[in-house]
Amino acid sequence: MSTETERMTTDPRRRRRQDRARGIADQAGGSLRGMLVKLVAVGIVDAIALYAVLVLATFGEWGVLAIVVAVAIVINWIYFSRRALPAKYLAPGVFFLAVFQVFVLLYTGYVGFTNYGTGHNGSKDQAVNALMASALERVPDSPTYPVTVVETGGELGLLVTSPAGNALLGTQEDPLAAVDATFDGDRAVAVEGWTSLQFADVLERQSEVTDLSVAFSDDPNEGRISTPDGSSAYRYTSTLEYDGEAVTDTATGAVYEDIGTGAFTAEDGEELLPGWKVAVGFDNFVRAVSDSRLAGPLIYVTLWTFAFAAITVGATFAIGLFLAITFNHKRMRGRRVYRSLLILPYAIPSFLSALVWAGMMNESFGFLNQVIFGGADIPWLTDPWMAKLSVLIVNIWLGFPYMFLVCTGALQSIPDELQEAATVDGARPWQVFRLIKLPLLLVSIAPLLISSFAFNFNNFNVVYMLTNGGPRDSDAPIPVGHTDILISMVYKVAFTGQTRDYGLASAYTIIIFVIVAVIAAIAFRRTKSLEELNG
Amino acid sequence: MTVTQPTRALAALSLVMALGLAGCSSGSGDAPAEEASGDQPAQDASTTLTVWVDSERVDSLQGAADAYEDKTGVAVDIVGKDTGDIKDDFIQQVPTGEGPDIAMGAHDWLGELTTNGVVAPLELGDTTGDYLDVAIGAATYDGTVYMLPYAVENIAVLRNQELVPEQPTSFDEMIASGEEAGLDHPFIVEQGAEGDPYHLYPFQTAFGAEVFGTDENGYDATDLQIGNEGGEQFAAWLGEHGKNGSGEFNTDVDGDIAKQAFLDGTAAFWLTGPWNVSAAVDAGIDVAIDPIPSPTDEVAAPFAGVKGFFLSSESENKVAATDFLVNYLGTEEAQLALFEAGNILPALSAAAETASDDPIIAGFAAVGENAVPMPAVPAMGAVFEYWGIAEAEIIGGSEPVARWQKLTADIEAAIG
Repeated sequence: MSTETERMTTDPRRRRRQDRARGIADQAGGSLRGMLVKLVAVGIVDAIALYAVLVLATFGEWGVLAIVVAVAIVINWIYFSRRALPAKYLAPGVFFLAVFQVFVLLYTGYVGFTNYGTGHNGSKDQAVNALMASALERVPDSPTYPVTVVETGGELGLLVTSPAGNALLGTQEDPLAAVDATFDGDRAVAVEGWTSLQFADVLERQSEVTDLSVAFSDDPNEGRISTPDGSSAYRYTSTLEYDGEAVTDTATGAVYEDIGTGAFTAEDGEELLPGWKVAVGFDNFVRAVSDSRLAGPLIYVTLWTFAFAAITVGATFAIGLFLAITFNHKRMRGRRVYRSLLILPYAIPSFLSALVWAGMMNESFGFLNQVIFGGADIPWLTDPWMAKLSVLIVNIWLGFPYMFLVCTGALQSIPDELQEAATVDGARPWQVFRLIKLPLLLVSIAPLLISSFAFNFNNFNVVYMLTNGGPRDSDAPIPVGHTDILISMVYKVAFTGQTRDYGLASAYTIIIFVIVAVIAAIAFRRTKSLEELNG
Repeated sequence: MTVTQPTRALAALSLVMALGLAGCSSGSGDAPAEEASGDQPAQDASTTLTVWVDSERVDSLQGAADAYEDKTGVAVDIVGKDTGDIKDDFIQQVPTGEGPDIAMGAHDWLGELTTNGVVAPLELGDTTGDYLDVAIGAATYDGTVYMLPYAVENIAVLRNQELVPEQPTSFDEMIASGEEAGLDHPFIVEQGAEGDPYHLYPFQTAFGAEVFGTDENGYDATDLQIGNEGGEQFAAWLGEHGKNGSGEFNTDVDGDIAKQAFLDGTAAFWLTGPWNVSAAVDAGIDVAIDPIPSPTDEVAAPFAGVKGFFLSSESENKVAATDFLVNYLGTEEAQLALFEAGNILPALSAAAETASDDPIIAGFAAVGENAVPMPAVPAMGAVFEYWGIAEAEIIGGSEPVARWQKLTADIEAAIG
């Protein structure tokens, strides 16, 4: 066998002829089909891009439109150019990187420098509108006025029928005044010089109609009339006044000014909410590290986070490696069946299995206590230390199949000759493993261990679904628990009760990102020395 | 290989482009549309109301939507969404101008919605009096009505009539009658590791400890009542019936375990809401709806949750939306259609009366007469943060009065 291949490859002329023939055959059969597929695929991309351009043009989003056009042109050039061969492979990856990583990171970074969150949710105009709308109070015991919306020369007016049956007309500028009108039953429906709007006409100008408010009389204290639905009007007074700069509470006389913090604020610091979104510089980061409520919990949560991630990686790797070696043994029967079974935990969505485990670990009713431990009262999830152990057990159960898979792959790539040579030289199995296989394994596995550590450092799913961070530490001033890791604590701090503080959450995320990035960078540097083994 | 890899990548790429597009369109501004509507005459089909509803209620609203379109030419687009997503999506999307005109939700969102300025006041006009008082009370926030109510929900005691034919009048009598029937734990209520104040609240009110006091505008968040003398008595009572006491309350019991106990007949009394009745009836249990047996002489009053529709503050179609809500969803027909979908007492008095022909609904409605709306003030979020865990620890054996005092102190510190 080996001699035959040697002869074939050593005959240079024959080899060259074969290569040429294979190339011609490939071009004849493959490239026509390849070209077709390429045309269709790029065509689909272009069609989507064209649709995007049309949609974006109607919304006037010129910036995004320019990006879409540029990306489409680049993609077309890459896949039809003969020179851009490397780009053909790189382009999709770069595109995904930009959409799913770079954009998300930049956006998170941006949010971290704003006060985006509950009460600071939109623009200043929206906040003013919402404040003024909710400040309207219906005048006590005032009646419902039948109303017809009328129009002349583009200006809208309200034709109001008073409870006594008189017709009154007013506009945004002019208060209500008596007019002679045509009645339909009890309702004034038309007045000379004005066109009455039908319901369909009102719908065309909904914003104008709802914004229209007519002074009830010359006395501002009597309120203004407006109609929410175009057919009935009500009399309101407002408890707030806005003069374009500050908001005044007409009842208390308090003045709320825009002091640049994203909300109208009185002198005593009282804020009117809703406010609006503004950039706040490093405020969120300062709050994140200086929050006195966090001082105590932060230390043990950080320690536990490191312990959780490190123990998980260590234990899953140990178990995965042990099983991989065991099932890699040629004399083992039914290896495929065992391997498939072992991968099962990995195949079930992690939050689903976390919920199932939570049910099994219930103290009074769970499967573990009732069936396995015969009615014992083991506080799996309610005792601080047991809960930590339970979280680790579940996470290791979820994580070891992954390690098993990668170790199996790596083991199989180590040539058998090395082991044979070592055995011939008199090495015992443990020495073979420790001195030859493990170092070679680590070359390919070490980066995966680092990424596994980073993943488990932020493994929100398992903690949230299994214990939700509990049992609660009721001495802590924030609702933090004994199994909370940094990311789940951040979630609780930034999203307490009804408050959603996206700015603070983003700031924390960036801090955690920096921690993980530093650890990963150090670890990668240290694993470089391993690579020299292969060199 | 050289052919398939770029092909697959391109397919994925086009998918991403499509996704990116969806993102772009949802983030874009609404200014041009607004300007256009002012000076362009007569575009009949242009007005479309977008209504977000819980996916289970899409069909029941379709009738009202079709009727409205026939009458006015305004199309109503009913969009079914997962209930858990509606609130956060509404808050995030309304300021971008891409949110719906109307969203379905619960009254206790109001504090959050108004603080974020995403909900517009709704003028019910003369129809205000047509709704149950508790519904209007719940729809009102800081003196202004923001919600068209459609259903009122509260918990009550489900009794297995085969096991205990007689309705008990007090908590102790309930336990005694269940034990006579040979049950170890005749009464069951869901709790969970962090407690469940919602399901314990009736017992707390029986001791006279509300969460907040009230003024003319509704709940007053500055008047915390939870720590009063009644609250401490309640805590002591809860401890007596907890893990180290008679064991009626158990933090290991979650919703599924409670349900299973009642369906299996190991519990004769189940404190729960209308959402669980069909499960019990389907299991063939002869269910009666009882008032919540009080541990004191006072009435045990649960929280009422009121469901309704909110109008977006950034809606371009406020006239049509208001008209649709007040005049079409505020009718007995529409409210009864919603009732069919959920089996929860309608908020419109006339519809509530019709629906109460069903003894189960009538039973919940009778309990609901004493119910008070769950406070919607933002401070309530802070209360829930500490309330449940305190009750859970008292059930688990903490010294009740001291733990309750700590609860009060924690809440006061959090509200500020």
